[in-house]
Amino acid sequence: MKYDSRPFKLVKNEQIADGIFDWTVENKDLAPLAKCGQFANVKVTGRTLRRPISICDADESSLRLVFQVKGEGTRVMSEMKTGDEVEILAPLGHGFEIEKGRKYCLIGGGIGVPPMLYTAKQCDNPLVITGFRNKDLIILQDDFKAAGAELVLTTDDGSAGVHGFVTDVLKERIGEVDKVLACGPIPMLKAIAAVCKGKVRCQVSLEERMGCGIGACLVCACKTKPKDGEAFMSQVCRHGPVYDAEEVFFDE
Amino acid sequence: MSDLSVKICGVEFSNPLIAASGTFGFGREFAEFYPLSTLGGVSCKGITLAPRDGNPAPRIAETEGGILNAVGLQNPGVDHFIEHDLDWLKAQNTRVIANIAGNTQEDYCAMAEKLSDTAVDFIELNISCPNVKSGGVQFGTSCESVAAITSAVKKYSKKPLMVKLSPNVTDIAEIAKSAEFSGADVISMINTLTGMRIDINSRRPIIRNNTGGLSGPAVFPVAVRMVWQVYNAVNIPIVGMGGISKWQDAVEMLIAGASALQIGTVLFNDPYAPVKINEGVSRFMDENGIKSLSELTGTVKAW
Repeated sequence: MKYDSRPFKLVKNEQIADGIFDWTVENKDLAPLAKCGQFANVKVTGRTLRRPISICDADESSLRLVFQVKGEGTRVMSEMKTGDEVEILAPLGHGFEIEKGRKYCLIGGGIGVPPMLYTAKQCDNPLVITGFRNKDLIILQDDFKAAGAELVLTTDDGSAGVHGFVTDVLKERIGEVDKVLACGPIPMLKAIAAVCKGKVRCQVSLEERMGCGIGACLVCACKTKPKDGEAFMSQVCRHGPVYDAEEVFFDE
Repeated sequence: MSDLSVKICGVEFSNPLIAASGTFGFGREFAEFYPLSTLGGVSCKGITLAPRDGNPAPRIAETEGGILNAVGLQNPGVDHFIEHDLDWLKAQNTRVIANIAGNTQEDYCAMAEKLSDTAVDFIELNISCPNVKSGGVQFGTSCESVAAITSAVKKYSKKPLMVKLSPNVTDIAEIAKSAEFSGADVISMINTLTGMRIDINSRRPIIRNNTGGLSGPAVFPVAVRMVWQVYNAVNIPIVGMGGISKWQDAVEMLIAGASALQIGTVLFNDPYAPVKINEGVSRFMDENGIKSLSELTGTVKAW
């Protein structure tokens, strides 16, 4: 079994920052299959489409899903009660590749920060750079520290941590790392890819509006060019969401 | 479980549910959930003569009770389908419907000719895709163009020909009659209704193609009405689709005039929908003493 849709039990639902919610959901069959950088497709009562949410953390019995309320579907999710049953299709997509013995730099921007937590747990003493617009949106700092990461916090407005972008920190530290893994808004990923180009390998996790979540309906298209292949419209849900930065046409 | 089998043009389907083109790829992804023999058939992703990239993203937007999509017929081309997907799909013990779309009449004919020498069970003529610049729906919105393309493809097709109709027309019964007169063996209907959503902050359409095709529960009553109208106008079987999401919808569509059904958008909400719908239909048959689904087709007692 690669993935399946099963009922999960919502055992925790807590608001951890402005509009950002932290779920723990239990299903002993599917949770152990999750790898870092994969996602879950959450069924929402009353909506036609499921909501794809990155996997923030996982253990033998549960998944942690941290999401931002962006519209009606995520609002309904935010109002669910512990003890509720929720149907989830997981784990989906290709996650980050982690090789032992390498020094990793993990970068998350805004709601792109959560998947980097489970990723940090797979790396040895990673450097983690988290960026947020302002101090009200900061999440998961204690979790990264508990995972043994060296943590750098940046805010765009300087209201907490380093005043500036994640790339300002990356430029200073890039000589220390073997590989960069990143998730966040496209302009941030594009800037990170530019800094890494020719220096270190970089993998990025992309976001796109999705339908089926498994690669059948072809709606979440992204033009990519595999290293030894032709450029094609790949499916973010199936070929991604994690790609080598050099494969991605960021402007198309 | 009751006998859910249906027969269309002499071809038996183990149950009335066929995965609708464009929602199911070539089946491999859904085979992770259940054997594809759970479905009576699979209508494959719309294929074209040459591979196509499709439209830029975003290609989907949610609406009340449905979705808009504008994939734009991304597919690997008919030869790739025949070489890489067809044998696998046929081995899944389900009926295979090859959905074809073209830029020109010659494209459609060339594909029909190639597919006639393969193991596909039906060819579904997609003259109703609203999301491509040329071809697609332009062939499906007037009686003359439907007649021309249907009769042309019929000459090249050794397979039963299913013509998939667009709902974006004034009188769908007239279009269906044209298809029947020109050699269609089956009508499948409805394709999506052209729609649009706009982000009020950016004032940009949510879909990059600006417009897209509406599907899902929101279109179900439109589909039921059109299937009923066409049932009253033609003598060939109808494969009904458009927003079927639960077993009650399936029964309703059969009563409206369908002999078999396609389901699509509901699969995004619940990949197990075919299993649940078939169970419900089976229970309904038991409770009402129905031996064959053909007893339901077209039995609406219209006022």
